[in-house]
Amino acid sequence: MKSNGHTESTERRLRDLLLQGLAGDARAYQTFLQELSAYLRGFLRHRLRGLPDDVEDLLQEILLALHNQRHTYDAAQPLTAWIHAIAKYKLIDMLRRRALREQLHDPLDDDLEIFSSADLDAAEARHDLGLFLDQLPPQQRLPIVHMKLQGLSVAEAAAACGMSESAVKIGVHRGLKALALLMGAKHED
Amino acid sequence: MKTDDFVAMLARGDAGSVPPAYGRRFAVGLGLGTAVSGLLLAGTLDIRVDLAAALRLPMFWVKSGFAASLILASLMYALRLSRPGTPVGHAPGAIAAPIAALWLLAILSLIAAAPGQRLPMVFGVSWMVCPWLIAMLALPVFGGSMWALAGLAPTRLRMAGASAGLLAGATATLLYCLHCPEMQAPFLAIWYVLGIALPTALGALLGPRYLRW
Repeated sequence: MKSNGHTESTERRLRDLLLQGLAGDARAYQTFLQELSAYLRGFLRHRLRGLPDDVEDLLQEILLALHNQRHTYDAAQPLTAWIHAIAKYKLIDMLRRRALREQLHDPLDDDLEIFSSADLDAAEARHDLGLFLDQLPPQQRLPIVHMKLQGLSVAEAAAACGMSESAVKIGVHRGLKALALLMGAKHED
Repeated sequence: MKTDDFVAMLARGDAGSVPPAYGRRFAVGLGLGTAVSGLLLAGTLDIRVDLAAALRLPMFWVKSGFAASLILASLMYALRLSRPGTPVGHAPGAIAAPIAALWLLAILSLIAAAPGQRLPMVFGVSWMVCPWLIAMLALPVFGGSMWALAGLAPTRLRMAGASAGLLAGATATLLYCLHCPEMQAPFLAIWYVLGIALPTALGALLGPRYLRW
């Protein structure tokens, strides 16, 4: 059991990192996602005891959802509530799609215990990002491959894709949203 | 892919490129939808000929005030629902209040009326078309509000869809006040509310499918 003080300082620290990230600091943003993923892994391990193999896949889906929806975070609002709502949405969506709601050992009411336990044991997700990417149209796939996977700048990615810079940004944005839907839909297979 | 690599991928390149598109998205969706609904009203129905005279009647303002407060309440509800983890607060109460007030007014006016007047007060002259016309006028606004919600992050999809439908129905009702000659509270309490309920039910039906992210 960690104290409330610990949870509050985690909340403050992660919130600061996220706000720096939203202001354009990619390193702060990466640290935010990195530290958060340990907490989310703990949260998911606890709730998916019957489905241990799905933890890492779902964790990555939640991280992608947080990334795609980061513009919906309101700095006046507790970070915990925002993250919990998104994690719970993705968790329930997955369980509903798999019709496996009985696997849910604990009720998911309004418990905000995301930050109560961390699990640093990062693992490999089973899903293959490459297979999802192959399903995207080229104007979304190419910007993601060049900018997000190979790490090119917007200008370099635009040159490599033969697209305008704004088309590259839109391609990344829409492509990541499409990727989130593809990842969610795989639970029905 | 390892989660650490996945995180690095997410953070690369576009961490900060976040447009603060919150109210703007609703303004665009709602504005365009209302404009199309307005054209639909002007094109298929008529603005009531006695509008200038009606503007002086209190009941006209009761009608439009009912619709306007429902617009504000459902917009507040939709905005709250589209942001993960934001409590809906007083929005459900703010939605229920104008409906309850209208029903109360309807019951009181029925009690006060002579028995022979009651049926005409309930059915007016247009009960058969009124709910359908409101629902028809609501469709463009419904499309606009669903579009606005789909770009945000509602986590309760059925409720979010219903809030988009309610917002559309209330907006359509406000426009419909420019056309509809009915001025009796019992008529409004039944047929207007039914007209608003139709797009609301449609939203609840479509929300889980179209608002997913």
